[in-house]
Amino acid sequence: MIEAKKVFEEFQKHRGDSIVHVQGTSGHHWKEISTNPNKDITLGSAMGQSTSAVFGLALGLENEKVVHFDTEGALLMNLGVLASIANKKPKNFIHFLLDNECYATTGGQPVPNHEEIDYAMMAKGAGYPTTYNFTDLEELSIHLEEIMDSEGPVFVAVKTKPEIENLPMGLREKRKARTRLETINDLRRTLNIS
Amino acid sequence: MSDQSAILRPETLLDEFKKIGVTHIITIPDSETNYLYELMEQQDWLDVIPVSREGESMATALGLNVAGKTPVVLIQNTGMLESGDSIRGMALDIGFPLLMIVGYRGWTRKGKTPDSAAIYTEPFLNAFRINYYLVEQNEDGARISEAYEESVATKQPVVVLIGDEYHGFNR
Repeated sequence: MIEAKKVFEEFQKHRGDSIVHVQGTSGHHWKEISTNPNKDITLGSAMGQSTSAVFGLALGLENEKVVHFDTEGALLMNLGVLASIANKKPKNFIHFLLDNECYATTGGQPVPNHEEIDYAMMAKGAGYPTTYNFTDLEELSIHLEEIMDSEGPVFVAVKTKPEIENLPMGLREKRKARTRLETINDLRRTLNIS
Repeated sequence: MSDQSAILRPETLLDEFKKIGVTHIITIPDSETNYLYELMEQQDWLDVIPVSREGESMATALGLNVAGKTPVVLIQNTGMLESGDSIRGMALDIGFPLLMIVGYRGWTRKGKTPDSAAIYTEPFLNAFRINYYLVEQNEDGARISEAYEESVATKQPVVVLIGDEYHGFNR
């Protein structure tokens, strides 16, 4: 298993000018690593639906590379989105999955069949033309340039170490972040979308 | 009260979509909209995006809205009932216009229906405080543009219920 922060550090080297959407407990690391926050966006606010929103964004911005860091708990709530994406095959869409095998934000309870499930195989079966599975950081690092240069949709499953949060919500560290609407407005301003 | 005798043609909806400037239709086909689906697929100005479950449609529409496009969601009331969390988080909470065309399965002019999908449709919309219009026949078509203009003005989702009692879109 790989530390999510290390995944983001390696990805940053290959990000280029892409739009990046990150979700999940470990997603806060990206905010400290990203060098282009105006092209970082937050769209999620319904269970499992961020991926559908990023899919829509990729369809609407065909000339922009759109990278989504999904999580396995969210994907399991909306598995049909794999078929929806594979059907339209957005060439500009790179779909990472950070799989920590648990619901880290609710105390680390395992997701169903967490040890056996193979998300890359599911994506392949749904019709993604290119899929990867990584459990080792070095292997991921070697392939990142190829992944980012590939025609989408590309699915990249990465096993990550869980960062479990077990305090009551009111006692957790408050992380300063732009609101969803602020990230949307910043991106639209950057891309001159009215 | 008489039965519905006037016809709602799929072309009426398509004309309204063109007038509004719709760029994308996000949909799950149902038995009553098959002909409309085929008609939409033939339009080069319209991109049809089939999704796997209705909850995806509001989220996909949000992404397209952010990208500056004009998406419309086309689903059935059964799927709308399933989509509550997505309607909340991806439409009501975010402040973008969204027109949702919703097939009113079980709708009847007689007022009573045995179909629970119809029984709960309007209470659901009222609970979510979503305004809605009813379109039954061609003469009602302009309500679609009216609903869209309301969604733009309020930056909120607005629903058009398609109450085509007997004819369907699948002739």
